[in-house]
Amino acid sequence: MQIAALRSRLERLGSTVTSIVWRLGYASRFLAYLVMHSGTALRRFRLTIAEVYFAGVLSLVIILVSGLFVGMVLALQGYETLQRFGASESLGVLVSLSLVRELGPVVAGLLFASRAGSAITAEIGLMKATEQISAMEMMAVDPIARVVAPRFWGGVISMPLLAALFSAAGIFGGYLVGVQLIGVDAGAFWSQMQAAVDVRNDILNGVIKSVVFGVAVTWISVFEGYDAVPTAEGVSRATTRTVVTSSLAILALDFVLTALMFTGGNH
Amino acid sequence: MQQAPIVEIKNVSFGYDPARAVLQDIDLAIPRGAVVGIMGQSGCGKTTLLRIIMGAYLPSRGEARVLGRATRGLGAAGLYEMRRKMGMLFQFGALFTDMSVYENVAFPLREHAELPADLMHDLVMLKLQAVGLRGAAHLMPTELSGGMARRVALARSIALDPQLILYDEPFTGLDPISFGVIVRLIRDLNDSLGATSVIVTHDVQEALDVVDYAYFMAAGRVIAQGTPDEIRASPEPFVNQFVNGRPDGPVPFHYPAPDYAADLELAVA
Repeated sequence: MQIAALRSRLERLGSTVTSIVWRLGYASRFLAYLVMHSGTALRRFRLTIAEVYFAGVLSLVIILVSGLFVGMVLALQGYETLQRFGASESLGVLVSLSLVRELGPVVAGLLFASRAGSAITAEIGLMKATEQISAMEMMAVDPIARVVAPRFWGGVISMPLLAALFSAAGIFGGYLVGVQLIGVDAGAFWSQMQAAVDVRNDILNGVIKSVVFGVAVTWISVFEGYDAVPTAEGVSRATTRTVVTSSLAILALDFVLTALMFTGGNH
Repeated sequence: MQQAPIVEIKNVSFGYDPARAVLQDIDLAIPRGAVVGIMGQSGCGKTTLLRIIMGAYLPSRGEARVLGRATRGLGAAGLYEMRRKMGMLFQFGALFTDMSVYENVAFPLREHAELPADLMHDLVMLKLQAVGLRGAAHLMPTELSGGMARRVALARSIALDPQLILYDEPFTGLDPISFGVIVRLIRDLNDSLGATSVIVTHDVQEALDVVDYAYFMAAGRVIAQGTPDEIRASPEPFVNQFVNGRPDGPVPFHYPAPDYAADLELAVA
């Protein structure tokens, strides 16, 4: 009996692992096909620009407001700790490094997945459910080239810009609370920040992170939409999967990238 | 010399699952210029047959020849080339919801032909005029009734002047006026474009008024074929039940179930 139960458990485990690997392979082939058929998205760049508007510009409010509040909270919490060591002038460094290296790409990525990623999945999924994708195929138009690729590149372009704006809004929030509200010296706030933040090690690494998150989130979003079961429930499940998978992917990738970027004596 | 049929289905069988055939040994030929109906109840395999004609599915056995070429081995490029000569009206229109009526009809032209703006405008208006909706060019799909959406989709499907027009359940959910309009348009557009039309439908009575020839399907097979009059007079019990809308017959009213008395626990011990 015990052997039979163990065997059944192993079979279930094997089946789950096989299905995950199969799906990852399918998604990778989908990405390869998408990249190879991106000619339309690049040639008719206004299609991609329209998606930058939908994924990027329409996410601005949530990104800027969240960035502002995250920066304000960082300043409050940071000042509380720094003043214990008499280092409250370093508040600008703490706020800016936290945002540029970590919180900017990660939180902007999480917000991007919930705001734009879910919208991309739902839109493509609904196009599939209402036969718009099939109609396109019947008009001899490749839907991956015409619908998916512009959304993918629009997302990939938008994400680093949103992360940069998130960090900028956060630093401004930190300035408002730290300098204007608490009274930290403005000169020290900005000059220490300028001295401590390195373009290559901090800003460039942050940009690389946001590009990687942008590719991951948009890839997951377009794939889940295109692969959605074409029913109301199927689209709903795909949208949920987009947000959950994207969030986990961002956090896991952030750990890997941080380990690669900020170890080995760089800082 | 007689022209070869525009669609030839030769001994085609198909199944999503190899153990369960959806289509079995289908033979049909659709002559150029005709309006042909493929009819039968839901789940009989007629939409699958339409997808075989579209090249969306390849036959498990047999051969499908469309516009003179076998669909097997065409590849994506060959399939897209074939589809440029085909138009398809989907059951609920499948209009692009983020585009206006004008942009929907212009879509295939923009994708396949680099036309000057003036010529594009004239062509779109010509197609919309043909379906009576030139005045609705600026509307969005959400502002259209079901019948109007179907007509816009029809205008879009004929934008590239197709040789073959496929209709998937074109009459579903239409009010009597829209219904009459669609029936007339199918006939008129077919004749004026010199195209061939294939209508897949379960609205048998209505479809028989517009088609030149009909195939009747049941359980994945063609069980009857002929002109509308021949179909109406068919002695085949299933066709007879379907054409006359009888609730009981070869297709039983009751879904298979255990004994009714036993279900109600009325059986004497």
